[in-house]
Amino acid sequence: MTLTIAPAPVRSSVRVNATQRRAFEVFTAGMGRWWLKTHKIGAVEMADTVVEPRVGGRWYEKGVDGTECEWGRVLAWEPPSRLVLAWQINGRWQFDPDLVTEVEIRFIPDGEDGTRVELEHRNIERFGAEADAARAAFDSPGGWPGLLGSFAAIFP
Amino acid sequence: MTNISAALLALAEPTRRQLLERLAAGPRTAGALAEGLPVTRSAVSQHLKVLKDAGLVADRAEGTRRIYRIDPQGLGPLRAWLDRFWSDALASYAAEVDRTADSKETRK
Repeated sequence: MTLTIAPAPVRSSVRVNATQRRAFEVFTAGMGRWWLKTHKIGAVEMADTVVEPRVGGRWYEKGVDGTECEWGRVLAWEPPSRLVLAWQINGRWQFDPDLVTEVEIRFIPDGEDGTRVELEHRNIERFGAEADAARAAFDSPGGWPGLLGSFAAIFP
Repeated sequence: MTNISAALLALAEPTRRQLLERLAAGPRTAGALAEGLPVTRSAVSQHLKVLKDAGLVADRAEGTRRIYRIDPQGLGPLRAWLDRFWSDALASYAAEVDRTADSKETRK
């Protein structure tokens, strides 16, 4: 009853042409190959995105110069059907150990060699804890709107 | 993006976060919300106004009382951003699944 603030979670889903096991594997071990390079928090170009395959594992980006930037951690590791990640990046695009928003991903077999991947990003109201800092970021060209803009340019 | 800013600023205040948590359990009057909180009734009204202006809380009159509830569309711009972000990310993921369909990597 404590933290169930009502703003609806963000949900997204996609069907992929792969078995449940491979869908899980590409999502996790292969994340660096599909994660959008524009969505990083490090200063340098992103070389890889890593999800350590265990509960408590780190979720981080690796820069081309070898630097690592934390994004969050693994809250549930249940291959090949379920994964829960803690997204701990605040509105300033910085890792914040006190901020925990959950991203749950479910892999559901769908037909022959198909898998439905359902994603839910919840607790988004918790972004508020960093509000003062976030405000500047939101209003600056390098903040979320800026990212969104460069993003829109890539996917018109 | 002022809407996001307003929502996040509204949430930055601990009492307002507490009020939202109470509202999560169901609609309430300002009086019921103030119960047990170490702030005055008028302070609660002020906080509710900020939450309302930020689009996080909605209210309606019921006789002489005013009932507050969570606005499910609150945090709209932030949600819209995340919606877009995840749907693009998943599209990229699906494309990668297709691209590597033949390589059949089963490393684990």
